[in-house]
This record gives sequence, C-alpha cells and structure tokens, in this order.
Amino acid sequence: MRHIISILLENEAGALSRVAGLFSARGYNIESLSVAPTEDPTLSRMTMVTSGSEDIIEQITKQLNKLVDVVKLLDLTEGDHIEREMMMIKTRVTGEEREEVKRLTDIFRGRIIDVTETTYTIELTGSADKLDAFIEAIRAPILETVRSGVAGISRGEKSLHV
Amino acid sequence: MKLNGGEILVQFLHDEGVEFIFGYPGGAVLHIYDEIYKQDKVKHILVRHEQGATHAADGYARATGKPGVVLVTSGPGATNAVTGIATAHLDSIPMVVITGQVATQFIGSDAFQEVDSVGITRPCVKHNFLVKRVEDIAITLKKAFYVATTGRPGPVVVDIPKDITAPNVKVDYVYPDTIDMRSYSPVVKGHPKQIKQAVDIILSAKQPMIYTGGGVVLSNASDEVTELARYLGYPITNTLMGLGSYPATDPQFVGMLGMHGTYEANMAMHQSDVLIAIGARFDDRVTGDIEKFCPQAKIIHIDIDPSSISKNVPVDVPIVGDVKRVVGDINALLKEKDIKPDQVALDLWWERIKDWQKEDCLQFDRNSKLIKPQFVVEKLYEVTKGDAFVTSDVGQHQMFAAQFYKFDKPRRWINSGGLGTMGFGLPAAMGVQLAHPGASVACITGEASIQMCIQELSTCLQYRLPIKVVNLNNRYMGMVRQWQELMYESRYSHSYMDALPDFVKLAEAYGHVGLKITDPKDVEDALKEAFGKYKDRLVFLDFETDQNENVYPMIKTGQGHNEMYLGSERGRGLA
Repeated sequence: MRHIISILLENEAGALSRVAGLFSARGYNIESLSVAPTEDPTLSRMTMVTSGSEDIIEQITKQLNKLVDVVKLLDLTEGDHIEREMMMIKTRVTGEEREEVKRLTDIFRGRIIDVTETTYTIELTGSADKLDAFIEAIRAPILETVRSGVAGISRGEKSLHV
Repeated sequence: MKLNGGEILVQFLHDEGVEFIFGYPGGAVLHIYDEIYKQDKVKHILVRHEQGATHAADGYARATGKPGVVLVTSGPGATNAVTGIATAHLDSIPMVVITGQVATQFIGSDAFQEVDSVGITRPCVKHNFLVKRVEDIAITLKKAFYVATTGRPGPVVVDIPKDITAPNVKVDYVYPDTIDMRSYSPVVKGHPKQIKQAVDIILSAKQPMIYTGGGVVLSNASDEVTELARYLGYPITNTLMGLGSYPATDPQFVGMLGMHGTYEANMAMHQSDVLIAIGARFDDRVTGDIEKFCPQAKIIHIDIDPSSISKNVPVDVPIVGDVKRVVGDINALLKEKDIKPDQVALDLWWERIKDWQKEDCLQFDRNSKLIKPQFVVEKLYEVTKGDAFVTSDVGQHQMFAAQFYKFDKPRRWINSGGLGTMGFGLPAAMGVQLAHPGASVACITGEASIQMCIQELSTCLQYRLPIKVVNLNNRYMGMVRQWQELMYESRYSHSYMDALPDFVKLAEAYGHVGLKITDPKDVEDALKEAFGKYKDRLVFLDFETDQNENVYPMIKTGQGHNEMYLGSERGRGLA
C-alpha cells in the first residue's frame, strides 16, 4: 500500500543521503521525495512516498527513526491528511490546439505561466492522481514535465513539530 | 584555555577518560600525532595495518564495555578501517573512529589521499560526522562518544580535515560535560503494561525457553538475567554473541543455539510454548528456516532497538528498553507477585530436555591418532581453568571454541559474530590484553584466518603482549571445505591452502615463541608450557589438526531447529 511519511530532520549536510542510503541499502521503494528547510532553519521537512506491506512500512518507520539525524516522523496515511504536488509541464501548442489546452488547463485549475508562439508552460498543483490525470488528458505533445514530488500535511490539530 | 585543534582532540580524549588510541599515522593526521607526541596521558598503540587498529579497539571495547578509539589518516587509512568499522557495527560495539581528511579547501578536488570517508562509512556506522570548524571538535567528539555508547551501541566516525587540527588556529576549549541531542534519545525503561503482560505469560509457561544474545553482554545485564533464570528454573540458551552472559557450567544452561548449537537447545526452542528473547535479534544463523521457527511459542522480545523487534520474526509481547533495566523490573514484579510457575509441567519439560541431552551431540572421537580441534579447545579450557579471555577468527575453529570453551563470565568470549570477519582474532586479542594486562588471553584461530592480520604479530612484540595464538591448522579453510563436502559433492574449490608458511619460524621471525604440535598426547603439555614457562611471551601454538573434521551438529539451509544433522559418522541423517 502507498504511504506518505513526513520526516523532520536536522538540516545538516549528509542528512538527505542518510535517508536515501537507508532506502537503497534495505531495498525499500521511494516513489517520490521532497525536502526543504522549515520556518526553523535548523530543521528540514521531508515528505517521502513509499509503498510496501504493513510489515515493511513498520520497518521503514523504525529504521528512519533510528537515524540520528531524524528528529521526528509521522506516517500521514494513518490519519486524515492533505497531499499536494506541483507540476510544470511544457507543451507544443499551435493553431486550434492552443484554445483546447487553455480550456483543459482551466478545468484542472492550472495556470499558463509562460507562452511562446509554439509553446505553453502550465503550472498545476494537486494530488499526484490529479497531475497524472492531466498528463493523461492533454493531447498536445509534451516537451517537458517537472514534478516536485508530494508534500503532505495532517488535517486538523495534529501537527509534526519539535 | 586556548588550544589548537590537535591539542583539543588529545585533551578531549583524556577528559573523556580514554586510555588507548589504536592508530596509524599519515599526512592528514600529522598535526594530531604531533600533539600525541607531546603528552603521555593518552597512550597510542601503533598497529601495522588500520584494520588491526579497528579490531584492537573493538576487542578492547568488548572486554571492558568502554568505547574503543581509533585514529587513522585519510584515504587508504580510512578505507582500511572500514572492515573493522563494519565488524563493530554488526555486533553493536561502541567505538569512535577518528579519520583524518584532506584540508577543507581541497575537499572534493580528488586531492592526494582523499576519499569521501563520511560517504563510504555511512552504511556501516551508527552515525558519522565531518568537522568543519576548530570550535566544533570538542562538541562533535562528545556527540560521537554519546551516540557510540548509549542506546544500541555502535561505531561512530568523526572525519576531521587537516587544517582543522593545524597548530596556528587556537580557540577556547572547555570539556563539554553533558550533551543533549533533540534527534537522539534512546528509550531505556520498558513500558510497565508490556512488562506486566510479559510476566503473566512467563508464569503461564509449561515449556519455556530463555534465549539471550549479545545485548545482555552489552547492557551488563548478566546478573539480572541469571537471577531471572534461577528464580524461574527455566532452561536458558545463548546465541554466539551471548556466550558467557549466563554461566555455561550451570545445569540450567543447555548450550548455544542455532546453526551449530546443541541438539537440546534447538529442540527445546522448537518445542517451547513461551520464548523469552532477551537482547537477541533473531539472526538467520540462529533461527534456521524462519517458517519453521518456534511454531507453538508465544514470544516475548526485550530489546533496546525498536527496529530489531518483529524484523525477522513477529513477536507477541515487544518490550523496548535497556535489557538490564527491563529484566530488573521483571524480576521485581515476579517477586512482588510471588507466584511460581507450574512446577509439574516444568519437571516434565526438563525430563524431555534431559532426553535430548542424552544424544551427546558434541561427541567426537577421543581415540583419534590425529589432533581433533575440539580436543585442543577442551584442553585449553582445562589449562586456563576456564578463566581466559578467548578471541577467535571466523570458521570452524570459531564454532569449536564456542561449543567447547565453557564461558562462565561475560566479556570473555570475543568474536565477530555478525559480519564474520576473518582476521579479527589476533588484533582483537591485543585490545583485550592491553585492557587486562595480567589476564590469560588466547586467540583461537585457523591457518587461513590468522594470515589475514598476521602483521600484528609485530605490534604484539612492540607492546610485549603475551597472547597465546592457538592455531587449529587443518590446511583447509575448514568451514568452506565443510560446506563444499556437504553441499557441493566434495568439490574443494580453492579451499585448500598450499604453500603455507612455517608458522614456528614465522613466530620466531617476529620475535615470539613458536611451537608445533602434531600428536594429541602433546597438546596439553604444549598449552601448559605456553601459559607456564612462556607466560610472559607471545606463543604461537601451531596444532596440526585432523583435516576432515566437521562442525556438528548442524542445521542446514532451509531446515528448522528440529531437523538438526548430527553428523555422518553417527550413521544418521536427520534427527
């Protein structure tokens, strides 16, 4: 099953490689990973999407907790949560297709952020599924896709902080 | 007090209570070595190869419970240390390894003797650090010692660029007495509810087993575990790493378990209804085929590392905490409850165990004209009155040592159980002998393993370490040969060692005493001579042993605890 694990870790050189190294050394999957410093510059927040049986996810969280740089972690999929991913997609659009792509972008609540005579660059934010659906729906040729990886947060009072 | 980086490092080690640094100099650590030269508070032991330094520090740590300290240079110094770091990592041994690094401005430029030490060691350390400022040396070393010695112990690497220890940059130094790390706080106290539940299950047992591992040694919990076992009257088995944590001569001890454990220990594991696992990690060499492991048992698992719990085998009652503390709490609760387990059931259980013991699974041919390796270990046990520190390398000799030297005290049996590092025994014995100068220290080894770190014989002379090297020389990589015999139709592919050195002359060339023993009737006298007449010398005892001897009993790949192979000479297959 797909799990979204949120990790607070020390914002130190090598911390990211410890997490990535753990996953490769123990043969766990990483579907996506996003990381950036928090409002406290000594801490980074990482969101990692992984998949596996319950036993494997339990091991993953235990092994992550064991890393000395990991301050705290939370499996967001255990409770109500919100996930978002940002995508920028560059498409080749000419003639009538330009209007079609514009309409599709509106339907998906995306924005066209760069325009040339032959291309549109579209920005789209949402769940990973929504981004997949947009890629599926668009007919125009795709020149480039950039995705941020999933970022997630718990709903309600629950929060991951020191 | 204003000190330069090198001075801070040496002063810190002294303030931290470090007795010995095991090391080897080189370009990136010359500033540090210059400071070591100027003082005599911390003793430096010069090895002949960085692998030797790590194993020696490791042996010192295992024999004392204190962290071992290593100092090596950048590049090859660090890479040579990696095997020893990984060895300590797999056996959870506290160790701090200081590696020199090229100067900060050269990092990443493929400079002379540059290697990414932090990157290379990352998967085989508990944690590692790169020090980037002189001001950070003391606090980083403090963190290193704290992380290495608390929770589940392990090796920590501190990589220090050369310019950070240079004599011209001086900063204030104060020894940091305490340290607080928000991202690291091991749980030591077990959850009371879990402990209560465990006690109820323990008392309900009809066919119980206590299975304890290296965690009991690391946690110094032998007294607590012994008290628990004696109070309950339950049978107890130790893993390879746990030997000595319960007295092997005690009648409740049923021997080591696992691949080359005793028949009675493994059968009792298989038939148990309650398994009390303490500081053990259900290693594949212990469990046999996981599908067949303890099919009826309710399992209680006490361990300081949450990730050890339910990793290989799902457990019923997990208790995360320091073994010493948790078992102490269990003992207290048992006494408070004052309920004894079902004595009738326990008597019946012991009868079954005694039946299994009648198999005499460790028997060997005592009338052989060839020296049997088991016989040498038995005689070593007698001659040293069971009171020696015994290190070993890896292979058949290691298993014979574990089976036949009856360790009654913890920290006496020192071997590479997890990583299985050949070459470990001799340098580890150096660390042990330095820690316990007056003690009898024997290194049980084989002619293949000993050659992997034989250069340390030179270190032994320099520091006058009177180690007794017990070389069970069968001219084969014995364990490889055994597997080839049993699983590869005796195709002995590259397991035979031709062109062996004359070990007697070799020992003599290094300035030691060498003895060659070829007849079983000379074994005892040679050992007596080594521990008597040559008490103060390193003696290399080269025993020419039976080439065809195998380690039995044995659980073959894919078999369970109840499917032990007792040996072909006994005219039987599966038990």
